[in-house]
Amino acid sequence: MSELFANYLAVVAMVLFGIGFGNLLLQKNLIKKIIGLNIMDTAVYLFLASMGYISGRLAPIITDGDTDARKYVNPIPSGLVLTGIVVSVSVTALMLALTIRLYRRYRTLDIDEITLLARQEHNE
Amino acid sequence: MDFVRNFPLFSILLPMVSGPISSVMSGKKAKWLNYAVVAVSGLLSVATLVYVLNTGSTYNYSMGAFPAPFGNEIRVGVLEALTATFFCFVMLLSLIGGYRFTKVDIPEEKQNLYYIMMNLLLSSLLALIYTNDMFTGYVFIEINTIAACGLIMIRGWGRNLLAATKYMIMSLLGSGLVLISLSILYGITGHLLMEPMHEAIVEIMENKTYTEPLTVAVGLFCVGIAIKSALFPFHSWVPDAYGYSTCASSAILSSLVSKGYIFLLIKFFYRVIGTDIIHQIQVDDVLFVFGIAGMVFGSISAIQQTDVSRMIAFSSVAQIGYIYMGFGLNTEAGMIASVFHILAHATGKSLLFISLNSLSDGTWEYANYRKLRGAAYYHKFAGLGFAVGSLSMVGIPLLAGFTSKVYFAKAAFGVDSNPKMLIALVALAISTILNAMYFIGQTINIYTPLSVEHEPGSVKHSASARVAVVLFILINLVLGMGSDPVIRWIRTGLVHFGAIIKIR
Repeated sequence: MSELFANYLAVVAMVLFGIGFGNLLLQKNLIKKIIGLNIMDTAVYLFLASMGYISGRLAPIITDGDTDARKYVNPIPSGLVLTGIVVSVSVTALMLALTIRLYRRYRTLDIDEITLLARQEHNE
Repeated sequence: MDFVRNFPLFSILLPMVSGPISSVMSGKKAKWLNYAVVAVSGLLSVATLVYVLNTGSTYNYSMGAFPAPFGNEIRVGVLEALTATFFCFVMLLSLIGGYRFTKVDIPEEKQNLYYIMMNLLLSSLLALIYTNDMFTGYVFIEINTIAACGLIMIRGWGRNLLAATKYMIMSLLGSGLVLISLSILYGITGHLLMEPMHEAIVEIMENKTYTEPLTVAVGLFCVGIAIKSALFPFHSWVPDAYGYSTCASSAILSSLVSKGYIFLLIKFFYRVIGTDIIHQIQVDDVLFVFGIAGMVFGSISAIQQTDVSRMIAFSSVAQIGYIYMGFGLNTEAGMIASVFHILAHATGKSLLFISLNSLSDGTWEYANYRKLRGAAYYHKFAGLGFAVGSLSMVGIPLLAGFTSKVYFAKAAFGVDSNPKMLIALVALAISTILNAMYFIGQTINIYTPLSVEHEPGSVKHSASARVAVVLFILINLVLGMGSDPVIRWIRTGLVHFGAIIKIR
């Protein structure tokens, strides 16, 4: 139990990941699915950022000529988070664009209803 | 340093640069640029393959200023070069074969957009093949997904949009799992490059620290890749995505896109985790079970379809099951059979989709089982292509599908755990019978003399499709009859992949 409290950031990240994953998988509303996707990705960023942070240390930007590695936090997780954010923004944009096209065509955001309407359209 | 060493990087960068350039071109020019780029990438890969075969070793190509444990790298060996060559040429032939339908299915003003996506897809596939850095692998998985989504939705029907949305949702679930798995692995190993990561993982297993997070991370990675490559039971997006796209898209999606992810999984098994650790944490048994289930249930679903393009799509699920079954055996022979099956399935499936589209004139009304009756008399080349593709999928001697099945059977005999051997052999037999039921049935159907009048649609006989069909048949025969050098290269490549193969 004490490990859970010591690593509370990782625990929160995993809970958030689960919430996001569940929403992306189970929600019927496309917008809610996209929100789920973003929660899921953000959880990963929290996890990565918490892993890279060491309390009491500085951001790895050398200002006063001090190159002692022990004064700074690990920069790689921050780099990974930035890359991840770029990826997640682009897939979110793509999903939203798809949602808009589906909405214009079928006037609903419910994926089950859209499936039904598309099948009817196909059979006509 | 030999100049040839730069070629893999060139073959990744070339399509990446030509994609944005084709955005300002007309559809026709973009098409020619795309063909040229795919062909040049293929030739560069051939040169790389010849180079690594001659030197008999692999090399790491460092990207940027930072050396190995920190910077980014690509790695080039026999297996990578072979797969890259093969992917480039299958893509080129699929594009040529599907050209007539691409022209009809996609509005004129959107043609160049299609080729942007194709360039992006090629670039990401090659990057997935060559990368030596897991996080780069993740980024290119996402790029691959976006490009594939573009290929599905470009036709613009409601069903395509829906298929693209479903594909995106499933793929994003998969890539989310891959990302969290890589984060956990980075947390416990402290590395992203494959070799240092592997060393750290061996140490973890020896010290028995963090073995649970390691197991969880490997499991999440496998599930993520399994979702993206449509392993049973994560295949719900497959029939719509493959079945309703334009011809070239269906061919490329089924034969290449899912294989790119699988190739990354092979690298993950061999170069990051190590096959003996995979066996220790029993991930291979799980993949074996799902692979077997896919082989059987994919075929059963295929039998139930009346729409032949959906039938072929479901057959992909079964074939992916074969590949995962080979992983599940977790022996050298099993892995070689899987890699060979990747190649055999890629040629067979592209051939089937191109032939089917020619037979049905690219319309779904004619893709129906009954409407196709006698179609082979109108489209002789397409009929022949469909027959050869079907027989290859069933596993008739002389064709690539037969050779891979022989290697799967041999691999199954080589496993010393009895239940696994028995299950694999029985599943191979059942799956072959099921394959024969729908593929042979369909081939007989298209060669049955007409009972109803077949009206040829807007798309008629196309020379480009004939060329593609003939070349695909030739590749299929070459793979089927002259498989020895290919198998030898695959074996060398896998040995180079880490020299950690243990034959149990």
